[in-house]
Amino acid sequence: MLRVVRILDIKVENPYVKTIFFNDEMCTLAEPGQFVMVWIPGIDEIPISISSVYPDGSSSITVAAVGEATKALTEMKPSDLIGVRGPFGRSYRVIGKKALVVGGGIGMAPLMLLISKLIDRNVETIVVNGAKTRDKIIFMERLKNLAKSDMVSVYFVTEDGSYGLKGLATDVAEEVLRSGKVDIIYACGPESMIKKLYNLAKAYLVDMQASLERYIRCAVGICGSCVIGRYRVCRDGPVFMMEELREVESCLGLIKYNEKGERVPV
Amino acid sequence: MVRAPNCIDLSVRVSGLFMQNPTMLASGILGMSADTLRMVAESGAGAVVTKSVGLKPSSGYPNPTVIQVECGFLNAVGLPNPGVHKFAEEIKALRNLGVPIIVSVFGFSPEEYAKVARIAVESGASAIELNLSCPHVSGTGAEIGQDPKMIKQVVGAVKRSVEKPVFAKLTPNTTNIAEIAEAAISAGADAITAINTVRAMAIDVETHRPILANRIGGLSGPAIKPIALRCVYEIYEAVNAPIIGCGGITCWRDAVEFMLAGASAVQIGSAIAIEGFSIFKSICTGLAEYLARKGFRSVGEIIGLAHKK
Repeated sequence: MLRVVRILDIKVENPYVKTIFFNDEMCTLAEPGQFVMVWIPGIDEIPISISSVYPDGSSSITVAAVGEATKALTEMKPSDLIGVRGPFGRSYRVIGKKALVVGGGIGMAPLMLLISKLIDRNVETIVVNGAKTRDKIIFMERLKNLAKSDMVSVYFVTEDGSYGLKGLATDVAEEVLRSGKVDIIYACGPESMIKKLYNLAKAYLVDMQASLERYIRCAVGICGSCVIGRYRVCRDGPVFMMEELREVESCLGLIKYNEKGERVPV
Repeated sequence: MVRAPNCIDLSVRVSGLFMQNPTMLASGILGMSADTLRMVAESGAGAVVTKSVGLKPSSGYPNPTVIQVECGFLNAVGLPNPGVHKFAEEIKALRNLGVPIIVSVFGFSPEEYAKVARIAVESGASAIELNLSCPHVSGTGAEIGQDPKMIKQVVGAVKRSVEKPVFAKLTPNTTNIAEIAEAAISAGADAITAINTVRAMAIDVETHRPILANRIGGLSGPAIKPIALRCVYEIYEAVNAPIIGCGGITCWRDAVEFMLAGASAVQIGSAIAIEGFSIFKSICTGLAEYLARKGFRSVGEIIGLAHKK
């Protein structure tokens, strides 16, 4: 059921990304990787991952202004009203003892809850946070604070080298894999990045879980808009396990259904 | 003699279509890709119906298009589809599916319905279900399906253009559904599917806005089951043709109710959101146990039993 909630606070993450805080009990129960359908009244309803939850009953979503709906959402003010349905979908599952977490751009958002959970479970965690440029990096402070823990090390990577290492998140991920320090990759980001990581996971014989994105309507697994292979991203995903990624390999990073149900390039 | 449930014959024939069991996937649910239709067939459905397809590609409405309400779902998706020419590839990919594939068709004129139906059949459809009942797109669906004259024109045009069975899916948003069913059958429809969603809406009290982007949509799920059941019952009294029941069926008991009212088969839709794909098998298991307990040998024996005076 839809709940309409008041925006409590808005944090500017960078010139394009904002984190929106609101009170909703159901959302505080979200597992890492789950998403909510966010209703922007009069505009649209879009899937967004939960980026933080707090014991006081508040939660947040982190959104990059890329289309009409996300722009409208990033222009909202505290005390404005939004609707939320969910949380929906399958979350990341903590497996293994040494994790490599790779986030590309806004894809870092659902991984923040996961990193907290990995720390709670005493999993040695290497985080690679990739962005095009310095001003597109999100959660820099949150990640630097997490890196104070012995369990966590964080690498920032920018394509132009304006902050941290220069290159692609996948380049750094490959170096980490080559060192043999991890047994699983957790990923979220552009599908081209996920496809590369999937190929690396196969090459280095490590496990992988990745969050995929498709056009979502119902979010409960009945409308069929978000299918990839025989899976529904909203219900069977958005987080997919290695063997499922293998099953949809022929579509991964290549083909998706658009809102008309046409097969189009990702 | 009481038979073991596994000795009960659950197969049915609907207008010449053989189904191993009377459960079908309802139109509008998951039926846009070959992979998901195959998944549903493998889950035990006796037949699958695709999402409705028209002549030209359409994006449907912006979100929110589907929301949960008390006892069901409200939707106004707006018939998004890739157009029948592209959808033909999905249909072709379902050769050897093992169960009948029924393509749901809509159009904005009798000629358009006929053209889409012909392409669907040429691509491999086992039968056509005419969407004469979508409650939220103007110029098609229920706007045609509430007018017996228009129904006759559409059914007539489609029957002249295809040689496969043609089902007419009717809307409950009419004063006399039996009359509408009679019109469809008199024009040559081979069976009736009843019902599509009930026109409905939801309004958010905080923002004072209708929630669906299209404002008005269709209600499905348990809330509409008694309405659907009454429609099937009335249609059974009025026409001598198979009826496929649809509307809020979530368990074997619902399926039995529809069959007692006169349905030869039942379609499952919204319940998949709650029960998952296992619903087809669980309905069949429950149905077989019920039939065994009541001393029947086959599911065909209970069709229309509630009409016995």
